[in-house]
This record gives sequence, structure tokens and C-alpha cells, in this order.
Amino acid sequence: MTHQHTLSVLVENKPGVLARVSGLFSRRSFNIDSLAVGETENPDVSRITIVVNAEKSPLEQVTKQLNKLVNVLKIVELDPTQSVQRELLLVKVRADRAQRGQVLETVELFRARVIDVAPDTLTIEATGNPDKLDALLRDLEPYGIKEMVQSGLVAIGRGSRSITTGPALRAA
Amino acid sequence: MTRPTPETLAHRATPATVAAAVNSAPTVVAPVATTGAGALVRSLEALGVEVVFGIPGGTILPAYDPLFDSKVRHILVRHEQGAGHAATGYAQATGKVGVCIATSGPGATNLVTAIADAYMDSVAIVAITGQVSRAAIGTDAFQEADIQGITLPITKHNFLVQTPEELPRILAEAFHLASTGRPGPVLVDIPKDVQQSQTTFSWPPTLDLPGYRPTLHPHGKQIREAARLIAAAKRPVLYVGGGVLKAGATDGLRKLAELTGIPVVTTLMALGTFPDSHPQHLGMPGMHGTVPAVYALQKADLLVTLGARFDDRVTGKLDSFAPDAKIVHADIDPAEIGKNRHADVPIVGDARHVIDELIAAVSASAGGVEQYPGWWNTLNDLRERYPLGYEEPTDGTLAPQYVIERIGELVGPDAIYCAGVGQHQMWASQFIKYEKPGTWLNSGGAGTMGYAVPAAMGAKVGQPDTAVWAIDGDGCFQMTNQELATCALEGIPIKVAVINNGNLGMVRQWQTLFYDGRYSNTELGTHKHRIPDFVKLAEALGCVGLRCESKDDVDKIIKQAMEINDAPVVIDFTVGKDAMVWPMVAAGTSNDEIMFARDVRPTFEEDDL
Repeated sequence: MTHQHTLSVLVENKPGVLARVSGLFSRRSFNIDSLAVGETENPDVSRITIVVNAEKSPLEQVTKQLNKLVNVLKIVELDPTQSVQRELLLVKVRADRAQRGQVLETVELFRARVIDVAPDTLTIEATGNPDKLDALLRDLEPYGIKEMVQSGLVAIGRGSRSITTGPALRAA
Repeated sequence: MTRPTPETLAHRATPATVAAAVNSAPTVVAPVATTGAGALVRSLEALGVEVVFGIPGGTILPAYDPLFDSKVRHILVRHEQGAGHAATGYAQATGKVGVCIATSGPGATNLVTAIADAYMDSVAIVAITGQVSRAAIGTDAFQEADIQGITLPITKHNFLVQTPEELPRILAEAFHLASTGRPGPVLVDIPKDVQQSQTTFSWPPTLDLPGYRPTLHPHGKQIREAARLIAAAKRPVLYVGGGVLKAGATDGLRKLAELTGIPVVTTLMALGTFPDSHPQHLGMPGMHGTVPAVYALQKADLLVTLGARFDDRVTGKLDSFAPDAKIVHADIDPAEIGKNRHADVPIVGDARHVIDELIAAVSASAGGVEQYPGWWNTLNDLRERYPLGYEEPTDGTLAPQYVIERIGELVGPDAIYCAGVGQHQMWASQFIKYEKPGTWLNSGGAGTMGYAVPAAMGAKVGQPDTAVWAIDGDGCFQMTNQELATCALEGIPIKVAVINNGNLGMVRQWQTLFYDGRYSNTELGTHKHRIPDFVKLAEALGCVGLRCESKDDVDKIIKQAMEINDAPVVIDFTVGKDAMVWPMVAAGTSNDEIMFARDVRPTFEEDDL
């Protein structure tokens, strides 16, 4: 947890770019904890949010290697205290008539939403930072988690400045 | 919406800059109707390509039709690996971009070794491959291979062309990427139907590489900091790598060395960058480097690293490498800086600019060799006590080192020498004296056996008036000698000196030293059975075949080969199998444990420092 870094990587929106980025990580023996990709306000540009577990010097090396990819436009590390970081969680929880009230209470507490109801389960949608989602899962676990799926982390800097105008992460 | 940052646009290459990079007079072609294949060939012409090495096949056939009428010379090789290495040899000998062409599937995968080789040694080549038609991609079609996926880790960049309209731009981008910044191989994969489609060709195209902006000019503050460390150092070394050669910075390097009086070591990739005859040259560092060069790095208090990358073959055990040295590390690739060894002063920039600015920055304080009397005393003493040398074999066999030394002396420093990989390569790096840049070609990073013959072919095509000698081993030679047929038919009269010791010599040396002399699968039978008979093989491939088995004949046969210029010549130098490459730092051990010869550790007089 201590060496987790969130990198926002702006790339050209072209086929195969994600393979170049993810391939680079595995080839150079870096583990990706989470990865999310999507278009930006500019349809020519995609944004990849990568959470990587690395110490300072290997992180610098992977950033430099990423910068060498021709399709990579810019890399910014987002400080957790200076950015908003969110994941999306969908979880199917066992909830029969007896338990339903308690589960709904938990949902309420975490400001999550029920998106599907079946006689013996509730499907819940929650967004938040990884800590909040972990806490939610911990509270739901006693009821029985039948299935869950999580998105990669996405993050955006706080304040009015845009990533496209701010300084890039370019070491050495 | 605009691109993410204004700065990215400012760095974008323009058609004018790419034209200037590849061709002195930018070509302008008004729009003209043609096919994708026509656009490909016209683009190659506009990029100033003189020669391509390749083999046609199903999916690249459309391109071969307009190529038939083009002024671009196509050299039909016998194996695509040969095309790849030939493009590399051509690029290394000329400084231009080398080009190879292959069809899809096995044609493309046969290029892979040569592409990986060019990637490791940062050589500017462009590989053009045919691909199955767009509709068939992903269906496991006949001769389909995802060559873009396969070459992702071994190219600087690669492209799968989607429409004929983008061909000129992509080719211009490929050449621009291959030849600028840190050079490297670029692959362009072109589906057959893209080659067949109608399009309009015009030139020059506008490059669209917003994410590509190599830093050429070093930061002034870092240069001043480097100059400050140089002025304060007592035992500095200029640690020079292939980047200096690629930047064309050899004159500047000499000036910097002479101005400061700092000892110079040149890596395997940099031989010829600094004259071997220069009194400040300590030789090559590394696993088979000279004792003074290895010692100098170990005992230095400052390494001024120029276009080198702290490769494991140079550093030995990394954590005991140059323990007292502060590191100035200049490289055009920021990712090399700090990768293996922390840099106290990182400098990102082209070696030529870095060296020129260093010269300006150190001029005031520079005092020549006089500035380091103790350091030079120590190093000169080591040079005297531990010169490169070899023992004459006692079993009456021919010494391989003698053969290579005589080739170097008789053929001279104007020739291009091109080695395979193994013992003969190390001896060629040690016993031939390199005085000029671009006269030593080899596979350094990848260590590709089979590199020598095709690379020599490419070098000879690029420098037809220069003598080109491949120094090859009997193992290496058997991997790619089919290109001698190409040489014979295309009028490419290279010389190949096969240093035939009947074994995979370097592997055998390790078996001798580290596996109790258990020679598992290193005997090739080229001595015992004379299979193949290299003289007959040479003749069968349309070359002159010569054989030399005794010391007395060496000069005579080298001279005989030098006189034949209408055909390639192969000389089977039958040499002893027990010769070993010394000095040696065993893999994974510290440079401090360098062995001058078997069981001979050099003695260092620490008090001199």
C-alpha cells in the first residue's frame, strides 16, 4: 500500500496502444494493481489510469520507459491528497426477507444504490475510493457475497487546472 | 479540441525536417494516382532509399511489381534474417537507414532476430512486411502472423497500415523514428489489399507524432555541474559507448579527451570512436576488456559516461562496479540514465551537443594529461605490465589471435571489419586496431551468431569502395552463409575469414573454465570430419575458397584474398581449439576479479593512487 502510485497516462487514441502500455509493464517486470482506460474530452486522446506498486527508483524507470512509447503523450502522477480517486463496484449479496433490511441499511450508510432485486439477492452499485469500497465489502461479507466485479481506478486532479496544461512527470 | 499540450505540437517534426533528415534536397511530388504498392515504392524513392534487401512472397507481391521498375535497388537475399542483418550492416557502415522487406507469416518472423539485434544495438532500420488482407486479419489465414504484436518489444515503434492513403506518412514517420533520437528498428506491416487499392500519392507528407520529442540539447546547468566534477576529479575516466559513434561526435570526443587529459575507454559498440593508437586510449572495458581499462573504471573517482549504458558485460557485478566513482551520465535516451547505476549528474542529450558543450565548459580549467600525473603513472604501469597478448599454442596449431592480428595489420585501418559472436569476435575487438568510426561492426547487445556474413554484405553494398572483412567463427558461419550466394550473384565481393576451431569456441571456453572441461555439444565436426568443407562450400556458393593451416601461410593467403575483387572470398583458417579469450571477468563476478590469463590475477599497486 505504501508504494502505490497513480499514474495518469495520456495516449493517442489508436488501436493497440493499450497493448503497448500493458506489455511494457509486464516486459519490464512491473505489476499493475489496477488499470482503467477511456476516451477524454479530446476524441483523439485516451487516458489510461494505472495504479502501480513500485518504489521511487523503479517508478522513475517505468515512467521513462512509458515516455519512450511513441503513442504516449504525457504522464502525470496524481497525488492521492491532491486528486479524487474512484472505483466502481457491483456486488450481488445474499439477502432473503429476514436480512434485507440490514443490508439496505448498510447500502444507505455507504451511499451506495440497489440496482437489481431478486427474491434472495440484492445487487448493489457503489463508487468510492478503494478504502471505502473495501469497508463496504467487509460489512456485506457476513450476508454472503455471491458475485462481485470492480472497475479499475480512475482519478482526476483537484482544482481548476487541467492535466493537459499542467507539468508532466519527466524525471532526469 | 486541440492536442493535449502546446509543447507537443512545437516538437512535432515537419515534412521539411524529415526531408532534411533523409535527403539533402526535399523531394516534392504533386498528387498522382497510383496503388498502395506504388505509393510505398514512391515513398521509398522520395526518402532517398538506394537499396533494400528482401525476399518476395504472397502478401508483399503487389509491392514487388512497382519495385521492378524503380531506381531503388532490390537485393534478393536467401533468408529474411540475412535481409535484416544486411540492412543493419548497411546502416552501420553508412549512417543511413537500412531497409529490409519480407512477406507475411514466416517471412516476417524470419526478420525477428535481426530486428531484435538492431534494437539492442540501436541501429536505424526499417522493416517492411506484407500482411494478409484486412478482411483476413485475425482468421489464422495462410501465412498470417501478428508481426506487429510479435515485434512490439523489439522495435522502437511499429505500424499496421490501415489504408493506402496513410502509407506515405507512415513511411516518413518510420524513417524519422528509426533515424532520430536514439536510433532503432521500425516495422511497417502492410496488408495485401492495402497495397492493391487505388490511392493518390503526393510528397512530402505531414508527420503526426505528437508523443515523440527526443531531447537533443543538454541542460546547461547539468553541463556546468559535470564540468565542476571534472575539475575536481583526481581519477576520472571517459567511458565512451556507441552513442558517441551514432552522434558523429568522434572529433569532439578527441578534442575533449586531449583538452582534459582524461583516460578513455571505448565499449565494444564504440570501437573506432577514439583511435586505438591514441596514447590516452586504455582499450575496451568489460568481460574481455583490457586490464588497464577495467581497472581504470574500478578505481575511478569520476566516470564521464557518454552514450554508454552500464551494460552487465561492462559493469560485471553491478554493486561492486566503480565503487568510488561519481557518475556523469549523458545519453539521448533518458530511460538509460539511472537504469543500472545511479547518476550523480544526469544529462539527456545528443552526444555531439553534450561533448561540444562540455568542451566549452571545461576549457578554462582543463590541464591535459599533466593534470593527473599519479593516475596516469598507475595506468601506464598497468599498460606495460598487462598488455593484450596471447600464448603461442604448444601443440603446433595455428593461433586464432595471430590470424586476426595479421588480417588487421595487412588489410589496415581503412577497411570495415564485421564480426560474428564468440571468441573470434572478442579477438577481433582486441587484436585489430581501429582508428576510424564505422570500421567495426558487430552484434553487441543481442550477441547474434550469424550476424557477420549478411552484415558484411550490407556494409559492402553501402561502401562499395571499401574492403569489408567478415571475421566469423565456424559456428556462426554455418548459421547465415547462404548469403554468400547473394554476394556472388549481386557482385558484392566481401571477404570472410572463418576462424575455424572446430567448436563453438566461447561456449567451449566456459565449459573448460566452469564445467570441468565437460564439452557437452560444442564440437562441430568441422575439424574432425571436415563437414562442411568450407572451401568446397565457398565454391558451391560461387565464392573463391581458400584454406590456411599453418602460420607460415597466413600472410600469403590474406594477401591472395586481398587481390581477388571480382568474387567473394572465404578463407578457412583452421586454428587450434584450445585458445581462450583473455583477460576475462567471469559472468556475475566483480570486475575486481579480472583474470589476466588462466590462474593469473593481475597485481595492483594501490599505493600509487
